[in-house]
Order: sequence, then structure tokens, then C-alpha cells
Amino acid sequence: MVGPFALFKWEALWRDWPVFAKGFGDTILASVLALVLALTLGIIFGVMGSAPWKIAKFINRIYVEVIQNTPLVIQVFFLFNGLPHLGIMMPVLSIGVVGVGVYHGAYIAEVVRAGIQSIHRGQIEAAFSQGFSFTEAMRYVILPQAARVVLPPLTNQAVSLVKNTSVLALIAGGDLMYYADSWSSDNLYYGPAYVTVAVLYLALCFPLASLARYLERRAGAAV
Amino acid sequence: MESEGESERQKSGPHREGDSLIEMQGVNKHFGLLHVLRDIDLSVGAKEKLVVIGPSGSGKSTLIRCMNLLERPSSGKVIINGVEITAPKAPVAKVRQSMAMVFQQFNLYPHKTVLENLTLAPILIKGVAKAEADENGMAYLERVGLQNKAHAYPSQLSGGQQQRVAIARALNMRPEIMLFDEPTSALDPEMIQEVLDVMVDLAHGGITMVVVTHEMGFARQVADRVIFMDEGEILEAGPPEHFFSNPSHERTKLFLSRILR
Repeated sequence: MVGPFALFKWEALWRDWPVFAKGFGDTILASVLALVLALTLGIIFGVMGSAPWKIAKFINRIYVEVIQNTPLVIQVFFLFNGLPHLGIMMPVLSIGVVGVGVYHGAYIAEVVRAGIQSIHRGQIEAAFSQGFSFTEAMRYVILPQAARVVLPPLTNQAVSLVKNTSVLALIAGGDLMYYADSWSSDNLYYGPAYVTVAVLYLALCFPLASLARYLERRAGAAV
Repeated sequence: MESEGESERQKSGPHREGDSLIEMQGVNKHFGLLHVLRDIDLSVGAKEKLVVIGPSGSGKSTLIRCMNLLERPSSGKVIINGVEITAPKAPVAKVRQSMAMVFQQFNLYPHKTVLENLTLAPILIKGVAKAEADENGMAYLERVGLQNKAHAYPSQLSGGQQQRVAIARALNMRPEIMLFDEPTSALDPEMIQEVLDVMVDLAHGGITMVVVTHEMGFARQVADRVIFMDEGEILEAGPPEHFFSNPSHERTKLFLSRILR
């Protein structure tokens, strides 16, 4: 009986390193694109959530509540199986980008909304009194100030987002987890495959998490 | 819209009858159950210096904040330079460009330098070229005695300096009207005078000023008209000499006896 971490299994993994490199690269790509989407949605919906218009607030609530209170896996499955019925064909990695981006967009929207609300009311009043519209006041006065407040929680969102791209494995998404899983189900060398994948995720996420802690300390010191 | 205001003209400023810049007609404001402004009729003439005094909670801050619609009246009309800004779809942002406000808490933009605080709105909102906005901004900073702080951040300034910057920021919009909402109330006593000096200097220029304040010396010195508010009503209005020496209302007398010692 050979152990799950037998040396020859590690050697096999080393030989097939391009498989893991490809998965790693795709995970980074999907993470970056999903993060851009999530930030865009998060800022738009976060601003809507703090807008003086009831309709904007209502749309913000629907988006945030539906996305935050259903599992990411179901959302991704829905996109994967549902979109083709609507005649929308997307490469599977794009489905991951959209799914994870929309999911984290809802969380970032809440982070942004809290950040906006942490800025003293006098700031938007000063902007209004000078003739700024709501959107202009947000863009030039409120959001630049809120950015400092929301940077630490935003970085934490980025960490979750990177990890959550692994749901793509469930829909054959071509990400790191998918390649590791498919490689090891061919040869049954699960041990080294999963350890390697975990280390690679750690290599991505740990620096981000450290950055978040640093930003939190700095924000704390500034207060 | 001009003619609409014509019939309601009353209590006009001493400068020129019928040349009213700010017109409030039957303005009421409720905050929940609180009736903060009760049927206010007020008109402020061009170039008039109007000082609003009254005990705290009398509605004087709400009154001035209704003038630029930071508070929307529950009922009634506010007409600025002939434009009814309480009307649906009124060009509120446009009108606000011509009426600057100075706040109790300064409300400078902390992420911008002093000079950027002055130029942000002129450049973005009025489309003034950056070089011109900078040049005008420096001139106004000089006027309030802070040209050497142009590149500092607001947090590096004292309260009095911040408020002078806020006044310069207001001036750089080239407004017709300046609204001051208790501009010295948040300041340490030794800094009040430097801000008042700037405001007195301004008052000697041609600008229309509405000032909510507890500074009675300032009111005496610059006001064309003083109004006294209590419980959401304007109880008394008149030129300062009359107002301070011979108030007609009991509550005015009581207030003055408490504040002038």
C-alpha cells in the first residue's frame, strides 16, 4: 500500500507542472477580471444605496439581498445552465468571471455604502451648496474620502474572491482547482495535487490578507 | 416667475425696495412632529446684510438652510433672484452656484489642499480654466491672509484658519449671495475675531449677506437689518440701532438681557 503522498506522485506532478501553471494563470486572470467587475458593480450599487432616490435604494436592496442570501454555487450553476437557454453562449471562464464578479459586487456594494455613510454629512452639504449634483459630489468629494475607509474591507473581499473562483471547478471552468482535480482523477494522485493547489492559493491570498491588515492598522493609526 | 414675487414683496431691505434677491413666501418646515419654521415670509434685498439671531432651536439654521435648499421646506416658496427653487425640476444646482454657504463646522474637503478646496467647484462646475481658478483662488487666500497656506491640507490648519479658507472657497465661486450658518460657533474664543474681521471686510463690499450668528457686536457693526427668531417665527425685524436699544417684543428683551451682559 503506497501512501497518499508517495514520492513518485510528487515526481509525476512536477513532470506535469504546465497543467498547474495553466490553472494558476487562469485563476489569476479570472480573479483580476472578476475583481474589476465586482468593484464596478460595487461602486455603482453602493452609491445607489446611499442615493436620495427611493428607486435607486430599492434596486440596491434587491441586488444585495438576492445575491448575498443565495449560494454562489447556485448562481454559477444558474449562469452555466441558464444562459444558453437565453441564447447567450459564453466561454466557461467568462461565466466564472461574471458569477464571482456579480457575487462579490453585492458584498462590495455594502462595503462602499458603509464607507459613504461614514463620511460626515457636512461634506456632501458643502458640495451641494457649491452646485455639485449628487453624482458629481460622490465622484469628486465623497468617494475619494470613502476610499481610504473602505480599502481594508475591500482587500478582504479580494481575498474571498480569489478563493471563490474555485467554484469554477464545479462547471469545468478551467481554473486552478479544476485542473488539479481533473489531473488527479486521471492518476488518483490527489494528495500532492490538493496540497500544491492549496499552497498556490495561499501564495495569492496571504499577501493580500497581509496588505488588508497593514491598511487596517494604518487607517486605525490615522484616526 | 418674476411677477409672482412682485405682489408678495414686504419687509424689504433698506437698500432698494423691490429689488429682492431672496424671497421666502409662507415657508413651513416640519421635522417629524416638530414644527421648526412657521409660515415664514421674508425678503432679502440685493446687497443687504441681514443678521439672524435667536435662541438655539429657534429655527434660524433651518431658515438659512432652506434658502439654498439644503433643507427642503415642507410648504411654501423660496425664490432666488427670480427663480423659484422650490418648484419641481427647478435648476437648484445652477442657482446654488450663485449663493455660497459658510458652515459652522467649516466642511472643507480634507482630501484636497487649501488651494484645491478653492478651485474644485469653479473648475468642475463653472468650467473656469485651472490657471484662472488658481490665480483667483490665490487672490482670495491673500484677502483672508492665508496665501502661505495654499498647499497645506485643512487638517494642518487651526479652526479659525479653516473657516477663513472656507470663506475664500465661497468667494472663489464669485457668488451674489453669501450665507453664513453660525460661522464662529465652533471656534475657540481667541479665533473668533480673525473670522469676524474677514466677514466685516466682506460686508463692506457689495455682496448680499445672510448671517446666522450669536455675535451681537458683528450684528451692530454690519447689519442693515436684524431679525429675531423664536420657536420658528420671526418675532422682530429692524435696523440694529432700533433692535438693540428698543426691542418691542418681550421675548426679544429676555433674549437680549441674557446675551448682552
